[in-house]
Amino acid sequence: MRLLFITLMTLLIATGVGVGATWITTTRGTEFGTLTIGAWTARPKTGTSDVDPYSRATITRNGELPIGTGDGVAFSATSDDKKKPLDGRCDVVVSGVTPPARFWTLTLYDKKGHLVPNTLQRYGFTSQEIVRGADGSFEIHIASRSRSGNWLPTGGIERYALMLRLYDTPVGVATRTQRDAPMPAIATVGCP
Amino acid sequence: MIRLAFVVVVGVLLGCVVHLVSVLALPRIATQDAYSRLTPMTELNAVTQLPLADPGNTLMPFMDPAFATAICRYDLSDGPLKLKVPVSQAYTSVSFYTRNELAYYAINDRSAGKKVIELDLMTEAQHNELPEDEEVTSADRLIIDSPTATGLIVLKALAPEPGLMPQAQASLKAASCGVQSEPPAKAEKPRGKR
Repeated sequence: MRLLFITLMTLLIATGVGVGATWITTTRGTEFGTLTIGAWTARPKTGTSDVDPYSRATITRNGELPIGTGDGVAFSATSDDKKKPLDGRCDVVVSGVTPPARFWTLTLYDKKGHLVPNTLQRYGFTSQEIVRGADGSFEIHIASRSRSGNWLPTGGIERYALMLRLYDTPVGVATRTQRDAPMPAIATVGCP
Repeated sequence: MIRLAFVVVVGVLLGCVVHLVSVLALPRIATQDAYSRLTPMTELNAVTQLPLADPGNTLMPFMDPAFATAICRYDLSDGPLKLKVPVSQAYTSVSFYTRNELAYYAINDRSAGKKVIELDLMTEAQHNELPEDEEVTSADRLIIDSPTATGLIVLKALAPEPGLMPQAQASLKAASCGVQSEPPAKAEKPRGKR
């Protein structure tokens, strides 16, 4: 009787630990093969055949199709440069320059990776439609209420993620630092 | 007390095994992966246009709304596949995925270097069966080896401004993928390439 109890107890712990660890790693992601520049994180290897097992599990679990290396690379950010989580009720400014690429797109998603509804039907910007300063740098204002210039509406949702995708770019598996890939700064400038 | 510690230690160790096995098995057992989601709405060995990414479209997470997308879901068991994608004005790319969403190859319009991206997709076995002289005569033919018999080809065309989306969609409508109508003539003595 005691042996049965001990065995059951052990198996219960094993299931809890095992499934729990898998759930956490596929939901939050792991550090394997990540490239972090400022607030931005990319996993260039997910677009190749040597993707790590954790990323593979995450991709199939969420039903994503990772961007292939010959196509481009995707950077995502869920917090600003000061590690404050991106809040749709605050004013956030994304400014600066982007790494070399033929095109880039910046898109705002909710926590599940879906686009956020808004009356403007604006879900992001492409490198071609952005309004730039004389030196080629840009400023994108992310806020729930209308702003002048490049305004990206948040719909007032609490948490969101930004994704900057570079298409036809030298940035990839070999990229290490900000010097190879100058990413734009993300700053929360005001909260109601 | 010692017995309790033993139970916990063995439980955690077994848990690590469970964790590793489940992570490695997930790509094979996942039922909500991209291939499964796309299967009911796409034709086999043909190009299917996907609806544009918008808030109501929850087909796949993290779709880029600046792109028109089309899918060719393939099965190579009936023979190699021929793919033709005319390039759009801005940017066009073709990405290849295995049945388990492993991105094994991707090419864009500039690296293809032509007005039409033309590719032959086949399994390694089919590639080895190709008569050697055929490969010489069509040296400009791009042949891709698929690691699995089934998989997905994703065709994407960028609309740099929302107004250019109809053009991007039109260029993907002209794309085609299908099993080669005439199987490549077998050489008299079929032999391996290597």
